[in-house]
Amino acid sequence: MSYNWNWSIFFEPAPGGTGTYFDMLLSGLWLTIQTGVFAWIIALVFGSVIGVLRTLPSMTASWVGFAYVEFFRNMPLLVQLFLWFFVLPELLPRSWGLWLKQLPNAPFYTAAIGVGLFMSARVAVQLAAGIASLPRGQKQAATALGLTTSQAYRYVLLPIAYRIIMPPLTSEFLNTIKNTAVAITIGLIELTGQARSMQEFSFQVFEAFTAATVMYLLINIVVVTGMRFLERRLAIPGYITGK
Amino acid sequence: MIEIRHVDKWYGPSFQALKDCTTAVAKGEVVVVCGPSGSGKSTLIKCVNALEPFQSGEIILDGIKVNDPRTDLPKLRARVGMVFQHFELFPHLKIIENLCLAQEKVLGRSHDEAVAKAEKLLDRVGLQEHARKYPAELSGGQQQRVAIARALAMDPIAMLFDEPTSALDPEMISEVLDVMVDLAREGMTMMVVTHEMGFASKVAHRVIFMDKGEIVEDALREDFFGSPRSDRAQKFLSKILSH
Repeated sequence: MSYNWNWSIFFEPAPGGTGTYFDMLLSGLWLTIQTGVFAWIIALVFGSVIGVLRTLPSMTASWVGFAYVEFFRNMPLLVQLFLWFFVLPELLPRSWGLWLKQLPNAPFYTAAIGVGLFMSARVAVQLAAGIASLPRGQKQAATALGLTTSQAYRYVLLPIAYRIIMPPLTSEFLNTIKNTAVAITIGLIELTGQARSMQEFSFQVFEAFTAATVMYLLINIVVVTGMRFLERRLAIPGYITGK
Repeated sequence: MIEIRHVDKWYGPSFQALKDCTTAVAKGEVVVVCGPSGSGKSTLIKCVNALEPFQSGEIILDGIKVNDPRTDLPKLRARVGMVFQHFELFPHLKIIENLCLAQEKVLGRSHDEAVAKAEKLLDRVGLQEHARKYPAELSGGQQQRVAIARALAMDPIAMLFDEPTSALDPEMISEVLDVMVDLAREGMTMMVVTHEMGFASKVAHRVIFMDKGEIVEDALREDFFGSPRSDRAQKFLSKILSH
């Protein structure tokens, strides 16, 4: 294999005229972080609501939760992004569709919402499992004290359930960040996208993707460390993450 | 205070857990409910504050019909204390917080007011020095005493006990029973599901014996321990008193 290694490529000016190749990758990294965090917030909020619905005694609530989860987890993420980005504007009334297509940063919002909703189905299932793992008596005790169902969830069930599912939730957060790479297909030039354009301009494919890999690794180390810290801070005696 | 009239409850279409149960607990009365496991005694006591729904009959608590859809159940439940077999303290809250939660969220007491009440009750059950610990840091007997204090913090008009000592090591049973005996002597209305016949013979006014979902015997304490009228009660007593 004749390949010209050139590690100093990162400090050479990129054709965009906005700085070096390293700056290019950094801007991709920043976009990946923004998309990932935005998507994770959506995943947590929607996942929590749906997860709770799945544990309520009401048939309607659990049916809604079931339909939501199966819709979002049974379609490939790529297909979902295409649906939101290419199909949805065509299905809407003409003027709405046009407005949507001309929205600035459309790939960013589509990616954040698309990945967020896809991940929310997974968060929902985990939260529902966390709640279901609590002894039945916990809800009974809260109810017997006069707490309403929503108070019982807010003050008793959810605080324990979130602690229990913290380790798998960390994995989901990491998956959310990594899944944003799929958004390259709808034109979001995040970290993977920038690595690809660097490869196309400079032909230094190994250097470009080595750098991208290291950057993904760094984000994930930060997330894992942060979540570990949170786990320790919130640990309660007698529970899995506690002492 | 508590009137139970012709209550029937089924689990699913085939299993009848309660069969035409009728009894009453007057103000200031202590009633012990006993019977073999699976006889429906826990189910019956959980019907009293509507933790378990039942299909026919009625239960009237302090003049309010429990199984009336218009009844504000959280409000009604807040007026009746309940103690569970497995304590069901909230593991993520410190002892003092366990006692304050419902006082503040349900009764709307100020934090200072709730804390003052909680400290008084912890003192009463002899656990004031454990106020800042988490439930898992206490022994079973201590946890159950906290659970009793938590129920008393709501200033209940009656107390329900669902096998409060069955999950405890023998040496911890008496510390819990002592608290209950004091409570009974102070004139608290109590309905107690238990196998502690010593407790029954000491403070109960009446003893109810259940078997296969039916109230087989509902007798004054002297009559029950003197000569139970039914064969089944006699057999039960001879089994549990033989050792």
